[in-house]
Amino acid sequence: MKQLIQILLLASLVGCGTGHDWHGKDISGLMPDLAFTLTDEHGDEVTAADYSGNNILIYFGFTQCPDICPTALAKLAAAMRKLPEDVQQRTVILFVSVDPDRDTPAQLGEYTAAFHPRMIGLTGSQQQLQTLTRRYRITYGYDKPDSAGQYNVSHSSAIFAFDRAQQVRLLLRDDLGVEQLYADILQLDTL
Amino acid sequence: MADWLAFFIPWEFSLLVQISIWGSLWLYVRGLRSTDSKPGAGSILAFVLGLLLMYLVTQTHFDYWSQYMFFVHRGQHLVLHHLAPFLLALAAPVPILAAGLPGRVKDFWQQRRLARQWWRSLYAFLQHPAVACVLFVGLIYFWLTPEIHFDAMLNQRLYWLMNWSMALDGLLFWWLMLERGSGGITPRLGYGLRILLLAAIMPPQIILGARLAFSEQVWFDVYAVCGRAWPLEPLTDQQLGGLLTWIPAAMMSVIAALVVLRFLLHTPAQSAPIHANS
Repeated sequence: MKQLIQILLLASLVGCGTGHDWHGKDISGLMPDLAFTLTDEHGDEVTAADYSGNNILIYFGFTQCPDICPTALAKLAAAMRKLPEDVQQRTVILFVSVDPDRDTPAQLGEYTAAFHPRMIGLTGSQQQLQTLTRRYRITYGYDKPDSAGQYNVSHSSAIFAFDRAQQVRLLLRDDLGVEQLYADILQLDTL
Repeated sequence: MADWLAFFIPWEFSLLVQISIWGSLWLYVRGLRSTDSKPGAGSILAFVLGLLLMYLVTQTHFDYWSQYMFFVHRGQHLVLHHLAPFLLALAAPVPILAAGLPGRVKDFWQQRRLARQWWRSLYAFLQHPAVACVLFVGLIYFWLTPEIHFDAMLNQRLYWLMNWSMALDGLLFWWLMLERGSGGITPRLGYGLRILLLAAIMPPQIILGARLAFSEQVWFDVYAVCGRAWPLEPLTDQQLGGLLTWIPAAMMSVIAALVVLRFLLHTPAQSAPIHANS
């Protein structure tokens, strides 16, 4: 019975605001803080702690993504460029490739550099990637390769935002515009 | 590990589900051993199959696909809300389960007069024909409200609350429809009324399923937000889910009506129920 009441209370809390006026969905408390072990663009192993002190925006995709990833990343980069220089310096966009077979660290470096200097490409083993995606209740999957060995990848379309203490804050859907992303990142920086 | 074995590893292990399913099976086997009036093989099969289906869709890799693919999720609810509870109710397992209940538990329950009264009135309310139908259809609509669906898929506790509510309500509803005068506290509805109720729950399910199947817009973006289990066009996913909500779900009413007709034809006139409030 006690558990049922807890569940009902939780149900009523989901979706309630916390005084902030976000364009994204407030998911603070609904999901755990940031934690991962992945490989960066230089081939070095990195963990979430390596980015502490930054506002962190994470997006999952793959570099051969035809439209969804480039659109989302271009909007995010545009929103970043609008921010004051000091806010940009303490904000980082992590692009996590869930296609490690095709996306090498070097390729990721070239890909992210085209969007914004504060964007970093990460990837990892299937196990490392699954540990991270499961933590945020998201997933990814692959099509069967065609005759040329090419295949499509399904992945999360949302941007997950963490404050400078690496606590989960926002889920930014991909239908948000540059202005809305800009406003939310600016507000994230004040937390 | 072989792929087929990996399928049986629960995606999200639930102690409550494990205890409920294996506990029910244990009670049933105990009851079968200790009772003289054994049910037919068909009833036993229906009971075991119903439990097994509930287990398969919640405690295997099937649950992973249900969380990351809309149409599989609709299949999961078809089993939890329609098929498995229907089979369990068809088996009419209460006398066997009661026979399997350890004596101490029975005594304990017998001594709790207040709790029993409370349970009886709650049960009578839930099993009022109008309440039962509204609950049955209402829960489908409730969890398919886009904002609610989004949160349920994102939050683990809400997700479990959703699946439990579907399974328990399914049990309540099919129990009421397939009641056969076993002397329990389930109201004995007239057979005509049952067929009427079974027909009444069809149109709302057909409308919802057809709207999903024919919609040009994606209703539930949570599957894009969280990523799909494999690449599939969002609209295709939704159309398949709509078809599952529409056709097999409505077909269950037809099958149940046939079963009720069979009850009607095989029941001696004097023991047939007269009307709803008797």
